[in-house]
Amino acid sequence: MANTTPSVAPARARDASEAGAFAATRRRRRYTLLTRHDKILIALMVGVPLTLDLLLIWGPTLASVFLSFTNWDGIGPVTGDNFIGFKNYQLLISGRYTLFWPAFTHNLIWLAWLTFIATPLGMLFAVLLDREIRGTRIYQSVFFLPVVLSLVVVGFIWELQYAPTEGFINNAFGLVKSGKLIDWLGNPRINLFAVLVAASWRHIGYIMILYLAGLKSVDPSLREAARVDGATELQTFFRVVLPVMAPINVIIVVVTAIEALRAFDIAFIINQGKNGLELLSILITNNSTSEASLVGFGSAIAVILLVISLGPIILFLSRTMRTTA
Amino acid sequence: MSTDYIQNYEYLPVALAPTAPRAAVRRVPPRIRPARVILQAFLIAMVGLWLFPLFWAVYSSLRPLSDTIQHGYVSWPSSLSLINYQTAWTQAEIPYFYLNTLVIVVPGVIFTLLLASMVAFCCTQFSWKFNLIVLMLFTAGNLLPPQVIIIPLYWIYLHTPIAMFGSIDVGKFSFALFTDNTLLYDQYIGIILIHVVFQTGFATFVLSNYMKTITKEITESALVDGANVLRIWWSVILPLCRPALAAMATLLFTFMYNDFFWALVLLKTGDKRPITSALNNLQGEFFVNNNLIAAGALLACIPPIIVYIALQKHFVAGLTLGSTKG
Repeated sequence: MANTTPSVAPARARDASEAGAFAATRRRRRYTLLTRHDKILIALMVGVPLTLDLLLIWGPTLASVFLSFTNWDGIGPVTGDNFIGFKNYQLLISGRYTLFWPAFTHNLIWLAWLTFIATPLGMLFAVLLDREIRGTRIYQSVFFLPVVLSLVVVGFIWELQYAPTEGFINNAFGLVKSGKLIDWLGNPRINLFAVLVAASWRHIGYIMILYLAGLKSVDPSLREAARVDGATELQTFFRVVLPVMAPINVIIVVVTAIEALRAFDIAFIINQGKNGLELLSILITNNSTSEASLVGFGSAIAVILLVISLGPIILFLSRTMRTTA
Repeated sequence: MSTDYIQNYEYLPVALAPTAPRAAVRRVPPRIRPARVILQAFLIAMVGLWLFPLFWAVYSSLRPLSDTIQHGYVSWPSSLSLINYQTAWTQAEIPYFYLNTLVIVVPGVIFTLLLASMVAFCCTQFSWKFNLIVLMLFTAGNLLPPQVIIIPLYWIYLHTPIAMFGSIDVGKFSFALFTDNTLLYDQYIGIILIHVVFQTGFATFVLSNYMKTITKEITESALVDGANVLRIWWSVILPLCRPALAAMATLLFTFMYNDFFWALVLLKTGDKRPITSALNNLQGEFFVNNNLIAAGALLACIPPIIVYIALQKHFVAGLTLGSTKG
């Protein structure tokens, strides 16, 4: 949800290479400045947060992988008898657990929708608002407003639009009077898209702000040069601005992918993620923390989600950390 | 690319501001160009589209149920009142749930900033063998979908003993120090803990990007003067990071305020729920009364909207911090 906000950190290659020449000598000098006491303090200042991070984030991540090979129900210790190899995965892939492939597909549709519709719209808004037009700040504020709302509230606000007899849409288009009700959130063939419209309401503003910051950082002289050379606005954008923005484009892609994989709140609020709104994140939660408590099975779904997430995560790390080394 | 922009953003009207000079030059010949008219028309239409769901929620929340039933949902109102807000406020006990959220969010933001700034400080001001790996662990941890870790985390919360130290009672609500069932599960402290640990990843990433722009000579000269690292972190580096800390605080407040998932899974008692998950209860209780739900939902989103309006520049800066450095 909202906290997929990895900021954008473009290449700092020049700094790195300049600093590189002096790195060896400077490093030694800095270390001699630190007393034993200082070193212990540094170890603590990093050690305490790191321990918490390892215990509550990375430990559970590894534990999920481990548990996915068991049929453990969460009660008592995990014994050798609990190990069932790849059976959980086989059950998922075989389709005998009927919710898995729909959920997987819905996550893919979510990703495709955000990637090909919402994110490009956010970028379009950013490009339009990057020009010197009247009221650009007001437009920005309005488009960004939904981003500060919780997805739960977004869900409620859109239910007021979508509700079959009470909702705005069916009433405004006379579908209530004519009796041809469209059950936007109840019909499994359309409810995913109705929810995606609501999710995009928020996602577009988010992408707009990130992209706008990127556009502002593009050296204006590049555009001037392109204009002087007779390039049209479209040409300038696609041939000059877009390539310069490469690092930010990567961030946008990563943010979009992570948002799609994390989707949970809004589907859960609308119908607890059933009947057309199944998502991997919801299956994990339902299988493991409800009475059924299929811990091993839920973990297998979690691992599948983890493996998919590793793609954008590694892309992000390789782009942001590479030049800092 | 200029580094000035991000360092000076606090002096700009909005974080994304440097349009003014160009605008001034461009606007000299005031002729109407059709492209501009179309653009403005398009943007105004979009603004209408964007605001409509919110407007509709406000409108619904102001209409008593009887009025809606009599005239239909899409109709001119015969009377508007604040009755739905009143009902939500008292019947759904909104003030208590604000308090629940506050009890979670305030310590959450403070501890996140403290821990993250320590890690960022140590990783950017000193070179040691693993500082890059540590930064990567924190950053990547925040990018994981929370559901990937929830199963083992749930188990940890059910099996971690915590000492009980009584409680602070506020009216009907009791805020346990630090637990009332000897566990992390179903406790405010458990929710605070996972928020702090999860968000420290994000805050560390952003703050370390910011701190990289602070020259290491400051730390070095303070060390020469005999200050220890804790002192340097607190009285030298943190004050220099004030804009970044303000931006992060604004953003973290919103993230934690808007959380739904952690509270849904790691809290059981309805009375302990923060306001976003409490809204879910409201839905079951009054599901016929959409107007009441609208009022409840709007009450729940007032604090982040106030924060956004009051601290817009910090908010936007937080999201884009580091994006324009390079």
